[in-house]
Amino acid sequence: MSTRSAPPLPDASRATLSSSTPTPPHTPPAVPPTARELFKVFALIGLTSFGGGLSGWMMREIVQRRGWLTEADFLSGLALAQAFPGVNVVNLAIWLGFRLKGGQGALAASLGLVLPPMAVVLVLAGVFAQVTHIHAVHVALAGIAAAAVGLSLQTGLRAARRAARGMLPLLFMVATFVAIFALRLPLLWVVGALAPLSIGTAYLQLRGKAAR
Amino acid sequence: MGRAMLDLLRVFLPLSFLTVGGGQSVVADIHRQSVDVYGWMSNAQFLDLFALSRLAPGPGSLLVTLVGWQVSGLVGALVASFAIFVPSSVLVYGLAHVWTRHAGRPWIRAIEAGLVPVAAGMVLAASCTVLRAAEGGAWAWAVAGASTLALMLTKVNPFLMLALGACVFLIVL
Repeated sequence: MSTRSAPPLPDASRATLSSSTPTPPHTPPAVPPTARELFKVFALIGLTSFGGGLSGWMMREIVQRRGWLTEADFLSGLALAQAFPGVNVVNLAIWLGFRLKGGQGALAASLGLVLPPMAVVLVLAGVFAQVTHIHAVHVALAGIAAAAVGLSLQTGLRAARRAARGMLPLLFMVATFVAIFALRLPLLWVVGALAPLSIGTAYLQLRGKAAR
Repeated sequence: MGRAMLDLLRVFLPLSFLTVGGGQSVVADIHRQSVDVYGWMSNAQFLDLFALSRLAPGPGSLLVTLVGWQVSGLVGALVASFAIFVPSSVLVYGLAHVWTRHAGRPWIRAIEAGLVPVAAGMVLAASCTVLRAAEGGAWAWAVAGASTLALMLTKVNPFLMLALGACVFLIVL
C-alpha cells in the first residue's frame, strides 16, 4: 500500500529487445495520461463500441491516436488479458490503466469502460425493451456486429504479424486457431495446453539469444 | 430478497473466474442457470435480455447486469455485476503489480513473447466463430472482411464502417 507505483514506462530492456524489429509507427511515451483522462477515454470507448470489437477500439485510441503505449506493449497486454480469467476487455482496461497511471489508472479505466454502458443498458431495459423486436433494428445491429468483427480481426492480424516472425510461434498460433475454431475445443483446454508450451519455447529461445 | 442476492452471487462469482476469452464462453451457462436451474425467467425473456445486451454498447458481459436487473431490480443488477467483474479484476490487478515489479526479467519476457501467438490465435478464432454464428451468412463475412481491410489499410473512421455494415445488411437482408 505504501508504495504508490509510478506510471510504469516501457522499460529499456524491452526496448532494446525489440530494436531489431521494424520501428513502430509511434514511439511512446507522450505525456502520460491522468486518471481523469483515462476514465474519459475508456468511457468513450465503452459508450461507442456498438457490436463489440472493444480491443480494437482500445488499440486505436491508446496506441494509434494517443501514442500512450507502443503496439508491442499493447499486444502483450492483450495476450495476458486474453489468457487470464475474467472478461478480457475489462482485464485489458485494468492492465492498460495500471501501466499508464498505476492503481488509480486501473480503477479509472475499468470503471470508465463498464459503468457508463451499464447505465445505458439498464435504461434500455427499462424503457426500450421493445426495440429489440423491431426487425430493422435487429438487422441493422447484425450488420454493425459484422463490421465490428473487423476491429477485432485487425487487432488479431497485427498480433499475428508479430507472432509470424518465427516458425514455432507461427505454429502455436495456427494450432490455437484450429483447435478453437475448427475443432471447437473448449477455450480453457486449448489455452491451458498451448500457452505453457509456447511460453516454454519462448523462454528457451530468449536464453539461447542471451547465451550467444 | 436476501435469498435472491445469494443465488446471484452463487451463480456469477464462479463465472467471474471461468470467463476466458470474449465472455461468450459462459453465455450458455448463464442461460442454463437463469432459465433451467433457478427459473428466474422464461427462455423468451432470456433471449430478449441477450438481444438487449448486444444492442447496447460496451462489454457483452453486461448481459449479467441485465439478468441481475430481471431478478431484483437495481440492487440485483449491481450485485450480479459486482460478482462477475470484481473478483477476476482483483486478480488481474495483482498480476499487473507483479508484472511491473519484475519487468524485464527473462521469465516475464518469455511469458509475454509466448502468449502473443496464442492470443493472436484466440482473437482470430473468436472473430471467425462470431462470423460463423452471425446472421447474414456470407454477407457477414464479406462485411467483416471489407471492414478489416479498410481499417488496416486506411485511416477510415470505424464508425463509418459500422454504419456501412448496418446499411449493407438493411439493403440485402
